[in-house]
Amino acid sequence: MQLRLDQHSPIYQQIIDEFKRAIARGELKPGDRIPSQRELASMVQVNPNTVQRAYREMEQLGITETLRGQGTFVTQDAGLVDSVRREMAERALVSFVQEMNALGYGCEEMVELVRETYRRVLAAQGGESDGDGGV
Amino acid sequence: MATVVFERVSKSFGRVRAVDELSFTIREGTILGLLGPNGSGKSTMLKLIAGLYRPDAGRVTIDGQEPSPKTKAMVAYLPEIDYLYGWMTVRQTLEYVSAFYADWDRERAEGLLKFMGLDPEARVSRLSKGMRARLKILLAMSRSAPVVLLDEPLSGIDPTSRSRVLRAIVSEFRADSQTVVMSTHDVVESEALFDEVLFLKDGRVALTGEAERLREERGKSIQELFEEVFG
Repeated sequence: MQLRLDQHSPIYQQIIDEFKRAIARGELKPGDRIPSQRELASMVQVNPNTVQRAYREMEQLGITETLRGQGTFVTQDAGLVDSVRREMAERALVSFVQEMNALGYGCEEMVELVRETYRRVLAAQGGESDGDGGV
Repeated sequence: MATVVFERVSKSFGRVRAVDELSFTIREGTILGLLGPNGSGKSTMLKLIAGLYRPDAGRVTIDGQEPSPKTKAMVAYLPEIDYLYGWMTVRQTLEYVSAFYADWDRERAEGLLKFMGLDPEARVSRLSKGMRARLKILLAMSRSAPVVLLDEPLSGIDPTSRSRVLRAIVSEFRADSQTVVMSTHDVVESEALFDEVLFLKDGRVALTGEAERLREERGKSIQELFEEVFG
């Protein structure tokens, strides 16, 4: 896992977000082991107390579980990936709508532009569409 | 683990007030970033904790005791100056320093030696500046001292060595038994290390707080706050 910390917002929050993103994208799967707190702290050169706070919170959120003596794992819960994915999508959507709104676009225009852009981006990627064949 | 307390501490050199009626408590089990430009009093603060300076007024205490030979055993101090003997090899330096301290952790020292890529047989005088900085941090972090004082451990060294030094601090810091105070003006690289920061300006507290809380409340990095205060 790679962490790009920007330091403008709390680091523990960014650590949690990186794990959520990795889960939403399928890079981390339910049951996967994640690095120990000490390993992660050393990897990303972050205060161990900060990492501890992130891990504590992830456990409270039900994202991870710690098995004594074995390490910390992504929760074996079928609903987890969906809910994390949904949450990340929600966040991207809110910031998109806010930004477009500030630029003066209304709902219909936005939807139209999303359709256009979606086609253009997929065409640029070689026309692959995953699954449902477009909007 | 130990708590370090400054109570209205002043220290002057000639007409210059290096530390000016400073009151501050360093929480145990944390890494404190001591930040400020040159001449702001950072080194003086560290030397007051190490017992190398005595306050002109006020009191510095470590777990309630004023600095003394007894508290010196509790403190691992990495000075900014180059204090190593050039004629010794790296191995001899380790043997020499370890003989002074009952809390020397041989296993940790060997691990750090490898991690730092230091050749045990190399003469200290032939080491690059970066390698010498790595050796200094190895010496400080190989002790299980309750208080670790690091004076500008990143100053004037190459990026790879800086990254190694930072990583060594993170991996050897024991949050359940140690308190670390690190002075630096390389805020960008080191800010993720700090539980708390203390901005020093002319020997006084210009800004202090938990690093994460400051980021949250102000929406800024510690580096940006640093520029605001000192820019």
